[in-house]
Amino acid sequence: MEIEERLRTLLLLGLAADTQAYERFLSLLSAHLRAFLRRRLGQWPDEVEDLVQETLLAVHNQRHTYRSDMPVTAWAHAIARYKLVDWFRAHGLRGARNVPLDDADELFSTSDADAALARRDLAVLLGSLPDKQRLPIQHVKLEGLSVAETAHLTGLSESAVKVGVHRGLKALAARIRGTT
Amino acid sequence: MKTDDLIGLLAAGARPVPRHAPEQRFVAAMLVGLLAAVVVVVLGYGVRHDLAQALQLPMGWFKFSFPASLAALAGAAVLRLARPGMPTRRALACTVLPLVVLWAVAIWSLEVAAPGERMALVMGSTWRSCPFSIAALSLPGLVALLWAMRQAAPTRLRLAGAGAGLLSGALATLAYALHCPEMAVPFLAVWYVLGMAVPTALGAAIGPRVLRW
Repeated sequence: MEIEERLRTLLLLGLAADTQAYERFLSLLSAHLRAFLRRRLGQWPDEVEDLVQETLLAVHNQRHTYRSDMPVTAWAHAIARYKLVDWFRAHGLRGARNVPLDDADELFSTSDADAALARRDLAVLLGSLPDKQRLPIQHVKLEGLSVAETAHLTGLSESAVKVGVHRGLKALAARIRGTT
Repeated sequence: MKTDDLIGLLAAGARPVPRHAPEQRFVAAMLVGLLAAVVVVVLGYGVRHDLAQALQLPMGWFKFSFPASLAALAGAAVLRLARPGMPTRRALACTVLPLVVLWAVAIWSLEVAAPGERMALVMGSTWRSCPFSIAALSLPGLVALLWAMRQAAPTRLRLAGAGAGLLSGALATLAYALHCPEMAVPFLAVWYVLGMAVPTALGAAIGPRVLRW
C-alpha cells in the first residue's frame, strides 16, 4: 500500500528527530483522521475537529509505542478507533459498542485536508498548565527556541526543559479527558 | 488553536524517541514484582527446608516450570496488548496452554489415585492459606505492571489490566513455590490457579479506569 510506505518513511524519520518529516507525517495523518471521524461522527459534525486534535496529541504522546516492524496504518487506526470509542463512552452514548471493528483501510481510504475550527481551544488549556510545563512548551514548541536557550531564559535545567515539554503534553491530554 | 498550529507545535523541536522504552519498563516492572515476592517469601514465609531434595523429583521442578512458562507467555501477551494495532489473538490463546497442561496432568493423577486419596491430593494441607498468599504476593507486581502499562498505549483496557494481573500472579506463584510444601498436581490445579485468578480479576476490574489515556 502506497500510503503505508509514505507514512512509514515519514514517521521513522520523525522518530529520529527529523522535524519536517514528522510535521508532514502528522498533517498527512490528520487529513485521513478528519475524513474517518467525520464519517463516524455523522450526527456530531461539530465534534470532528476536536477529536482530530485529541487523536493527533495521542499519536504524538504515544509515539514510542510504534514498532518499526508493524504497519503504521494499523497502529494509527488502532489509536483513532480507541479515541473514538473513548469519546462515545465518555459521552454516555451507546455508540461505543457500535463502533465497527473495521480495519486500517477504513481510515486511509479517504482524506480531508479542510480543517474546521475546533470548539475546544487547546491554547486556553495550555495556558492552564503549571509554569514548569507551560514555559518549556511555549518557548521550545511555539517560539522555536532551543532547549539551551529556554533553559537560560527560564532558569530551569536543560533536562527539566525536556521533561517539562514531555509532561506538559501528557498533562494537556489529561486536561482534555477531564473536560469531556 | 487551529489543527495546523497544533501539528506545528507537536513537531517543533522533535527529539529522538527511544526504541524499546515499553519493553524496558515492563522488564523493570516484572523484576520489581518478582523480587518483592521473593523477599517476602524468603524473609516472611521461609524457604522450605527440603527444597534441594524436592527439586530432584519431577513434581519439584513442575511447581516452578508451570508458573515460569505462564509468566513468559503472559509477558509476551502483555507486550502486545501494550501497543496499538498489534495482533494479540494467538498470544492470548497461548497463555491458556500451561493451564491446559496443568489440568490435564491433575485429572490424570486423580484418575490413577486410589479413590480414598483423591480428596487429600486436591486439598493438601495448606489450601486455606495458599490462594490468599499468592494473591497478596502478586500485589507489588500488579502495581508495577499497571504503571508500565500506563506508559504504553493499550486499546483494550480490561484485557490489558487482566494480562498485567495474570503476569503478576504467575510471578508471585513462582516465588511462593520456594515456600509451598505441597507436592500434588491437583492441589496446584485448584489453589495456585485460584490465587492467580484474584490479581487477574482485579486487573480486569480496575483496568478501564487506571489505564485510560
